[in-house]
Amino acid sequence: MKSKIRKIVTFVEETRTEMGQPVNPPTRRAAAAAVIENPFAGQYVQDLTALMEIGEELGTLLSERAVAALGIAGPSAESYGKAAAVGENGELEHAAAILHPKLGTPVRKVLGKGAALIPSSKKRGGPGVPLDIPLGHKDAAFVRSHFDGMEIRVNDAPRANEILVAVAVTDSGRPLPRVGGLTKDQIQGEDGLR
Amino acid sequence: MPEVQLRKRVIIVEEIFHEGGPIAAKPPRRAAALSVIHNPFAGKYAPEIAAFMENLNPLGLEMAKSLVAALGGDPKVVEGYGKGAIVGQAGELEHGALWHVPGGYAMREILGGAKAIVPSTKKVGGPGTRLDVPITHINASYVRSHFDSMEVGIADAPRADEILLALVMTTGPRVHARVGGLKASEIKGEDGLR
Repeated sequence: MKSKIRKIVTFVEETRTEMGQPVNPPTRRAAAAAVIENPFAGQYVQDLTALMEIGEELGTLLSERAVAALGIAGPSAESYGKAAAVGENGELEHAAAILHPKLGTPVRKVLGKGAALIPSSKKRGGPGVPLDIPLGHKDAAFVRSHFDGMEIRVNDAPRANEILVAVAVTDSGRPLPRVGGLTKDQIQGEDGLR
Repeated sequence: MPEVQLRKRVIIVEEIFHEGGPIAAKPPRRAAALSVIHNPFAGKYAPEIAAFMENLNPLGLEMAKSLVAALGGDPKVVEGYGKGAIVGQAGELEHGALWHVPGGYAMREILGGAKAIVPSTKKVGGPGTRLDVPITHINASYVRSHFDSMEVGIADAPRADEILLALVMTTGPRVHARVGGLKASEIKGEDGLR
């Protein structure tokens, strides 16, 4: 592997009730996060290709871990998202290099499809910084019931020379969606939007 | 006593490859099972609460089973454990103490007679409060390599009238344990201490 991984953490959340109302079936979301060494920490490097390749590797690894944590087949996933937190000796552009050029294709391969943009967020921060991973439906970004987010954090990461990279996958939308908009049974699935 | 009302469950698994030293041949893992339940005693002082412990037993067993499952399904891989609780602000610390017996019983039951006391911690806090759950060896509290902890928490829990219950299991010592003391290989296994 090109990535030097210190740690992998997976999170699974299952919501059974909300405001006393049963959520049936329970909504579930999972995130897998890798803590990797930032090869460019402490220096300005023009060519970020190495981080793009790390992103490609992590796309496969983290989406497989998240799907396994949910115990579902990849194509059963409904929404997804990605995010990265760069330790203090790195730059935001390092997160961009991991997340944007190459991470998406292997994620879509693991999930079967994925016509929609993978929503993302990034930040710089110290150990324990919360990462809010945005979530959207994987085949139609406008499905309103699946606009969501998942907070994760790893108390000892990212250290100054590390990057925390996360992929989140769900098998459902929000627990009790009732603000209208496009529903998942109306998806056309052609343009990734509707 | 009232039934246990479960709002949400979370499973977190950490897999630790290194912490600046040599990469572990068998990376140690830490897993946490968290359950967010309604606090039936929130908002008022109830003199009699102890009977609720019995109601928590089935949840404890389910959480202990889910931890072993998250670690691959074989209880024999588990070497360390710990437990904790965060009580929402309309409750009292004593409500967290309800978890001592059912949480400990559940892990011992699933692990087949672990001898050491299950280390624990508890606090009152709001949503997103973090808890450092202490961890020690399951058969001998003095095994120094297995003194550890795992930080856990959930962004939206505990609400004021909720309790967040935590169980933690680990599969080995700290990744680069090297401060001496009683070793796991030296356990006599008579008193749960050495």
